[in-house]
Amino acid sequence: MSRNAKINALLILLVAALAVLPLALGLGDHKKEPFTGADAQAETAIAELDPEYEPWFSPLYEPPSGEVESALFAVQAAIGAGVLAYYFGLRRGRRQGETRARAAEVTPAGRDEE
Amino acid sequence: MHIAEGFLPPAHAIAWGVAATPFVVQGVRSLTREVREHPESTLLLGASGAFTFVLSALKIPSVTGSCSHPTGTGLGAILFRPPIMAVLGTITLLFQALLLAHGGLTTLGANVFSMAIVGPWAGYAVYRLLKRYDVPLMVAVFFGAFVADLSTYCVTSVQLALAFPDPGSGFPGALAKFGSIFAVTQIPLAVSEGLLTVLVMRLLVQSSKGELTRLGVLLQRGRQASAPRSETEAKA
Repeated sequence: MSRNAKINALLILLVAALAVLPLALGLGDHKKEPFTGADAQAETAIAELDPEYEPWFSPLYEPPSGEVESALFAVQAAIGAGVLAYYFGLRRGRRQGETRARAAEVTPAGRDEE
Repeated sequence: MHIAEGFLPPAHAIAWGVAATPFVVQGVRSLTREVREHPESTLLLGASGAFTFVLSALKIPSVTGSCSHPTGTGLGAILFRPPIMAVLGTITLLFQALLLAHGGLTTLGANVFSMAIVGPWAGYAVYRLLKRYDVPLMVAVFFGAFVADLSTYCVTSVQLALAFPDPGSGFPGALAKFGSIFAVTQIPLAVSEGLLTVLVMRLLVQSSKGELTRLGVLLQRGRQASAPRSETEAKA
């Protein structure tokens, strides 16, 4: 593994550790429902601050279940990851093509060292 | 940081919408100009939008025992400047409001203001400031992304505290309440976002040197000698 790849792997490990540690250390144990979304907690907080408040508009479309919702979140992440992977794949391919073309210019045709 | 549909009183919802609109309009202009003048940057623009798409879909556990998600707006702000991020962030928020019932149309203005405007600008400001003081590129990128993420959630807390002041202690009390839900939870996630942004920037430095030079993220060769030596530049 090159030094570059090692640093990249370390970055990924750190991010994974930051996500897993709260779970592993049981930091949600003091809660009735551990690891709920902060957005939903804000809704609860609003209800505490202003019990009279009623949302005056509801979503046009709501995923019928938690499963469908997480599927749609996965779709969102997959679209993003797909585009990112396409970008880096294309760049890598182009770079390899350029290197090969340059190598072909240097070595006369027919004596290509491949 | 998504304020749910209908959870801001109409006056607030409209006010944030009005405040956000000029930034998004300016963003659309910058985006069309960028694509017209540099058609080759379309791909990298797509990748920046994709980064926001991925990160804002990931709900990650945090030390407070709740889950939240990064925003992914720092990368695009550093690469293409904040106005363009106003557009890419709005697209992401619109997708989530329409398909995931996450955020909403009535709260779109407020959510755009925090995630697609203040976040990118704050992150970009920190990035530029650090670069001016010759801080290595990747350190500046880390703190830029960190601040873009965290400031977004601070703005959300302020927005909610303005709309729902505490009956006893008023705005400060409500701000403390929403701040403890959003901002504290967000600190480790902002660190994660900083690390992931550094990772993508490192990959970009390896794969797209020309593009980064044109965008002013990397310095042109020849000016390198007087430039801050970042770890990656030194290796290049």
